[in-house]
Amino acid sequence: MDSEITLRVDGAAHELTVDVRTTLLDALRERLRITSPKKGCDHGQCGACTVLLDGRRVNSCLVLAVTVGESEVTTSDGLAVDGEPHALHRSFVDRDAFQCGYCTPGQICSAAGMIAEARAGWPSAVTADVTEAPNLTDAEIRERMSGNLCRCAAYAHIVPAVAAVAEAEGVRR
Amino acid sequence: MTTTERLIGAAVPRIDGPAKVRGTAPYAFEHDPGERFAHVAVVLSTVARGRVSALDPAEAEGMPGVLAVLTPANAPRLADDLEPDLAVLQSLDVHYRGQIVAAVVAETSEIARDAVARVRVEYAAEDPDVALGVDRDDLYAPEQLMAGFATDSVIGDVDGALAAAAVTVDATYETPTQHNNPIETHTTIARWDGDSLTVWDANQGPHTIVRGLAQAFGLDPGQVRVISPYVGGAFGSKAFPHPNQIMAALAAKAVDRAVVYELTRPQMFTLVGHRTPTIQRVRLGADAEGRLAAISHEVVEHTSRISEFAEQTATPTRVLYAAPHRRTTHRLARLDVPPPTIMRAPGETPGMFALESAMDELAAELGLDPVELRIRNEPDRDPERDVPWSSRNLVQCLRTGAERFGWAGRDHRPRQRTEGRWLVGTGVAAATYPARRRKAECRIAASGDGRYVVEIDASDIGTGAWTALSQIAADALRVGLDDVELRIGDSRLPFAGGAGGSTGLASWGSAIVLTARDLQRRLDEEHGGQVPAGGLTVDGGVDGASPHAETHSMHSFGAHFVEVRVDRDTGEVRVPRATSVYAAGRIVNARTARSQFLGGFTMGLSMALHEETVTDERLGHYVNHDLAEYHVATNADVGEIDIAWIDEDDTLVNELGVKGIGEIGITGAAAAVANAYWHATGLRVRDLPITPDKYFRELRPA
Repeated sequence: MDSEITLRVDGAAHELTVDVRTTLLDALRERLRITSPKKGCDHGQCGACTVLLDGRRVNSCLVLAVTVGESEVTTSDGLAVDGEPHALHRSFVDRDAFQCGYCTPGQICSAAGMIAEARAGWPSAVTADVTEAPNLTDAEIRERMSGNLCRCAAYAHIVPAVAAVAEAEGVRR
Repeated sequence: MTTTERLIGAAVPRIDGPAKVRGTAPYAFEHDPGERFAHVAVVLSTVARGRVSALDPAEAEGMPGVLAVLTPANAPRLADDLEPDLAVLQSLDVHYRGQIVAAVVAETSEIARDAVARVRVEYAAEDPDVALGVDRDDLYAPEQLMAGFATDSVIGDVDGALAAAAVTVDATYETPTQHNNPIETHTTIARWDGDSLTVWDANQGPHTIVRGLAQAFGLDPGQVRVISPYVGGAFGSKAFPHPNQIMAALAAKAVDRAVVYELTRPQMFTLVGHRTPTIQRVRLGADAEGRLAAISHEVVEHTSRISEFAEQTATPTRVLYAAPHRRTTHRLARLDVPPPTIMRAPGETPGMFALESAMDELAAELGLDPVELRIRNEPDRDPERDVPWSSRNLVQCLRTGAERFGWAGRDHRPRQRTEGRWLVGTGVAAATYPARRRKAECRIAASGDGRYVVEIDASDIGTGAWTALSQIAADALRVGLDDVELRIGDSRLPFAGGAGGSTGLASWGSAIVLTARDLQRRLDEEHGGQVPAGGLTVDGGVDGASPHAETHSMHSFGAHFVEVRVDRDTGEVRVPRATSVYAAGRIVNARTARSQFLGGFTMGLSMALHEETVTDERLGHYVNHDLAEYHVATNADVGEIDIAWIDEDDTLVNELGVKGIGEIGITGAAAAVANAYWHATGLRVRDLPITPDKYFRELRPA
């Protein structure tokens, strides 16, 4: 069964007809050929497909395209504004927080979503005092970024790359 | 326009970094083949041995949007001399569970996946034989090992020396089946134009894939083009042709349209190889001061029934320590498993776990500092080939690492330190990997405006080759980075071997340097040192191994120091910090090199604590075939990792003095973790991975 939908991605609206079984990830990659989000497992296990849905991070392989509705989808490519890289883009390049780069757009969307979660006061499994405003220590970043696998294993560079931006955004003290 | 050493050694940021972080660097799936592609999905065998007895495609064929259902009955025929695993859909025989037995080509991926579930397949199944064991009566010695290594090496009287030794270790170590699992699954877009085939493919060397496809379809290599500028990780699984590239080309031929075949994650466990499990018996004999008299390292591992892959597991034992009496052997069992392949440092990775664990056990027997034990057994020449080293700085790595890590004052007895519930220990292990060079060709075109186009079919699988080769080219041409346009990852470019065996920079870099020298010489001799108005193009390269490889032993070395904490109540293992120091020749890019070392070590940590593919011995089935069940290290599993290297000026290995750094980081890493685990707990886990259940098994042996 097909359905006509409009997907708002990185500031642009796209009208398309999709099979109702189509995931948001496949709608982006296969239909719209927006390939910044990557497919690594298609099962919500690796995080390579992470995008922001109205600012919250989701595994786009676990979202059906027909359920997105009016929500704004932001990919790592869309985090760049007017061609200017996002602070996370710069920080990842500076610290060489990737090798093959395939998981990286997902890592960056995840980091952006995670910083917003911290700003909103969300604790994590390693937050000692859940009544305090979160402080993105290295341990907090490791925990909160563990839904994004990196087989090149750049983790020890991802942590400082995210930390630098978290600090600039006031969620790391 | 200053010195030739301007860029080599500098921490140049990845030139492909800005595109990769935004997600705009095109990986295989993301290319435009010039027409709308159809989607391939495959039916995999559900038995491990036998034959397809009935196959009914009718329901799938009748579905709207299905373009074709391919089976052995209707698939285009391939060359009949293909290795069996690449003869996709050419027979009804089933050689392993998870083999392609049928395929659907459809307008959309949803339809294709739906249709494969409607292809009815029945089997005449036989019981599979998939259990590796040292007591099997069909173990055999292969003619040679991977990369041409001898199957066995025997020097002196090992058994006599072991019997006479003051102190001995005799232990058996096991490593499980492991899977490469790059995050980009193997993906191929295939398009035919008449008899010409173009594929956009995830691989480690386009020329290698061309060979496989040309052979399969009876084409001249010039009729096949493989394009692979960006590759989402590989670790060995993308080195050789696998059924997926053949499948894509077969499907495109059958429907006369471009297709894409993107492996699912579960398919990554049977169609593109794995690291063989190993059972390794190591015996060491030493005098009371720890000087080795004998080293014996006997390996049992598997290969598939349909093809031979003989991993060179004990080869590091041939170079690491001095001992007059020495033996290494490799025996294989042919099993009903998918063909194994290379996975990051094949041979060294499992082999060094065994050897470096045994060295730690010997140090414990002797009551000796394990760093000192290694230093006492430092060979001044290659102990088996009896030739000098081109350079060897293992001792300096051990000493520097000990200093950086804070090894001094360690109580070498196990289970001496606790912090709250945590048992705390430290461990050390050496690392080593061969330094080799392979044939590579290069073309450099100089234009009158001061720009240079450098072409070579190199691969960047995440190594940083885009950047490092640009640095090498700029220095060799004595220009700035912006004046060089590098082209790699396309079989139309001059030949180069794939990214494997840590040979990339040694081979491709040398080819660039030599071609640049030729270009300069011709400019000087024929054009007065100026690029002529019409430009000048020069072809060059390197033929293969270093001319000094016969007379010298060439290897990288390193040392890992690891702190491990084990929860005394749950057996949970944490690695809060580690130091690794490497002596690996000249480092071309300090930034990307650090990532190479870091990634290698961390994959070794992952091997030590997490990675294991579990085989159901009744069904020949890989039980944990996805990333939720096949555990790899996550961000929270990795602590502070200190990476350092020693300046090494090796003029014999190649033109650049580089030794290759993609693999040495993983070698020895798992042993360092296991040795620290023993130091923390007093428990010796000799079968990886060291999961919490093994803490209780060792605490209360049956």
